[in-house]
Amino acid sequence: MYKILKKEVLAPEITRFKVAAPEIAASAEPGHFIIVRVDEKAERIPLTIADYDKKEGTITIIVQAVGFSSRQICNLETGDSFLDLVGPLGKHISTEGYKKVICVAGGLGAAPLYPKAKSLAENGAEIITILGARTGELLILEEEFSALSKELYITTDDGSRGRKGFVTDALRDLLEEDSDIDLVIAIGPMVMMKFVSELTKPYGVKTMVSLNSLMVDGTGMCGGCRVTVGGETKFACVDGPAFDGHLVDFDEQLRRQRFYARYEEEAKVHGHAGGEYQCHLQQ
Amino acid sequence: MPSATIRTKMPEQDPKERIHNFNEVALGYSKEDALKEAERCLRCKKPACVKGCPVGVDIRDFIALVAEGKFVEAARKIKEKNNLPAVCGRVCPQEEQCEAKCILGIKQEPVAIGRLERFVADYARNMEETKRVVTGDKGKVAVVGSGPAGLTVAADLAKKGYQVTIFEAFHKPGGVLTYGIPEFRLPKEIVQDEVDKIKRLGVEIKLNHVIGKIKGIDQLFAEGYDAVFVGTGAGLPRFLGIEGENLNGVYSANEFLTRVNLMKAYKFPEFKTPVYVGKKVAVVGAGNVAMDAARTALRLGAEESIIVYRRGREEMPAREEEIEHAREEGVVFKLLNNPVRIIGNDEGFVTGMECIKMELGEPDDSGRRRPISVEGSEWRLDVDTVIIAIGQSPNPILLNDTPDIETSKWGTIVAEDQTGRTSKEGVFAGGDVVTGAATVIEAMGAGKRAAQAIDEYIQKKVM
Repeated sequence: MYKILKKEVLAPEITRFKVAAPEIAASAEPGHFIIVRVDEKAERIPLTIADYDKKEGTITIIVQAVGFSSRQICNLETGDSFLDLVGPLGKHISTEGYKKVICVAGGLGAAPLYPKAKSLAENGAEIITILGARTGELLILEEEFSALSKELYITTDDGSRGRKGFVTDALRDLLEEDSDIDLVIAIGPMVMMKFVSELTKPYGVKTMVSLNSLMVDGTGMCGGCRVTVGGETKFACVDGPAFDGHLVDFDEQLRRQRFYARYEEEAKVHGHAGGEYQCHLQQ
Repeated sequence: MPSATIRTKMPEQDPKERIHNFNEVALGYSKEDALKEAERCLRCKKPACVKGCPVGVDIRDFIALVAEGKFVEAARKIKEKNNLPAVCGRVCPQEEQCEAKCILGIKQEPVAIGRLERFVADYARNMEETKRVVTGDKGKVAVVGSGPAGLTVAADLAKKGYQVTIFEAFHKPGGVLTYGIPEFRLPKEIVQDEVDKIKRLGVEIKLNHVIGKIKGIDQLFAEGYDAVFVGTGAGLPRFLGIEGENLNGVYSANEFLTRVNLMKAYKFPEFKTPVYVGKKVAVVGAGNVAMDAARTALRLGAEESIIVYRRGREEMPAREEEIEHAREEGVVFKLLNNPVRIIGNDEGFVTGMECIKMELGEPDDSGRRRPISVEGSEWRLDVDTVIIAIGQSPNPILLNDTPDIETSKWGTIVAEDQTGRTSKEGVFAGGDVVTGAATVIEAMGAGKRAAQAIDEYIQKKVM
């Protein structure tokens, strides 16, 4: 059992948990994720490690309640435990050797982005952050990002905070102004990552995205998280979840994410606990 | 004298009924059936059957005990050599092993050794408590993977007086017995029961531990383990590499079966993991896993379940019994057909699969006749689900993390057959991770040999 040491509500429906998991914290690096199961009948839900403290022996996860399983997680309280927690999974990313990095987060994407930004900053990179959300109250980790960023821009779809518009609007201006950006990391909804990757391509700026594919085991066993990268099939769980955004077939990923959507609809219609059929690496 | 020339039948669920449930298909012998079948054994002075058993169960002697009605004693006799009798009685290919060697089989049907093993294991299941063994002090052994190989190594070493810890990646132990083989062929309660017995021998099982991620093999040595056994199986699914394979509705057999067996998607929505199965399902491949997938699809409500295989009937690698069960349940076989591409609609869902007809040429490296495409014979099979069951390779996570373990070009671990010894000091391996996907009992045989070798290795080190 993996005990929840601290629970905080960051925004409506978005919750942060600090969990005791000393062995996982000891091996955790930026880019890793874990899989949790709340109880005997629950789905295996992948969640990016949003922060870790090796000394304290804890990891942090951030969850948005959007379906049955994520809601079930968000309903847990301090002192409760996860039945299962496995990790660290996935390939960690290298954060060394970058000078100037733009971090772009869409909604809950700020959570998986944070440990990468933190590690990049620790390794000497200058960080410029763009946090985007549908509306102001859904912005998360603003303080955390502000502490490690030289510049921080906020965009909201409805204009309730920061600039009205999408993260790509802010990113375009930055790319126009500044030609010495050596990396853009974009994490958020699939469609946002697609547009960011399309935007950066003509500028020739290396772009990293992190995919939230459907998966069961997270160890390369099921192949449910297949993604075409540069014409080759990769497994997001072991070859990723971070990939070169210029090589990812986003349209295929957008279609694959909808695989279980009809079950969710059916579950809603029948009024029973339907489960959430999309993994939650980011959202 | 043997009383019958044909073996005693084992009752089964009616195919028409069983395709609507996940209960076990084979119902097992009654006492009377078992006594009758045991009577058929010739009690050979030099029992050939034993030579056919990868773990060397004293088959003649256990059958003699069955004939005397001493069922619990018979179970004990099997357990001297085999730690998982209720599993082996169900999933071993006895027809290629012990029963293939049975002298009776020359002129009549061989003794139904597997059915007898199953009967005594089930009979004794709740009769005997495995004695809780005090954890030994001969040394510490780490076992990676809790499938048939790992469980066997762990049980044998615990019995020899070692402190054994199994590390399992999933949230449930059993490996392929848990995630791969369906409930209707191997009830999970039986697997759990066998695992519990091994735990009572003092074996500790740490779930949710992916060795190679949470910690590496060198760290295990640093933590004081004297030897490590790697039994991580063949868990990496192979795909065809054809167009359309990433469409929605295309599964690896691993994913499809894991959703159903491990995550209990057949009990959705009570269990929260869903599984999509369409009206018309094509399963590519013809091994036991393919049969399991095709039969599972029917039970989940598919109207048609079709095996597509590029070779012929003779070349199908599945057990005869599994093929027969599948046929009885209405699985359709489209043999000598190979998928060329999978076709989808605008939303990215499967709508069909293009196949090409094949014919058999000269035998290839595997000894089976090589399938050759018949030019211009492409045709379309309308399906909405495609399950790829063409084999699995070893999962590379642990091996990538441990580059000093030598591997073959197929990604399997290079290990000595008689000992399981690998190129890395103190590391032994066995089961599918060494052989590529094979049988439960072969993995157990490798586990047995490795347990012996690990014991010798540690004792030598201590001296």
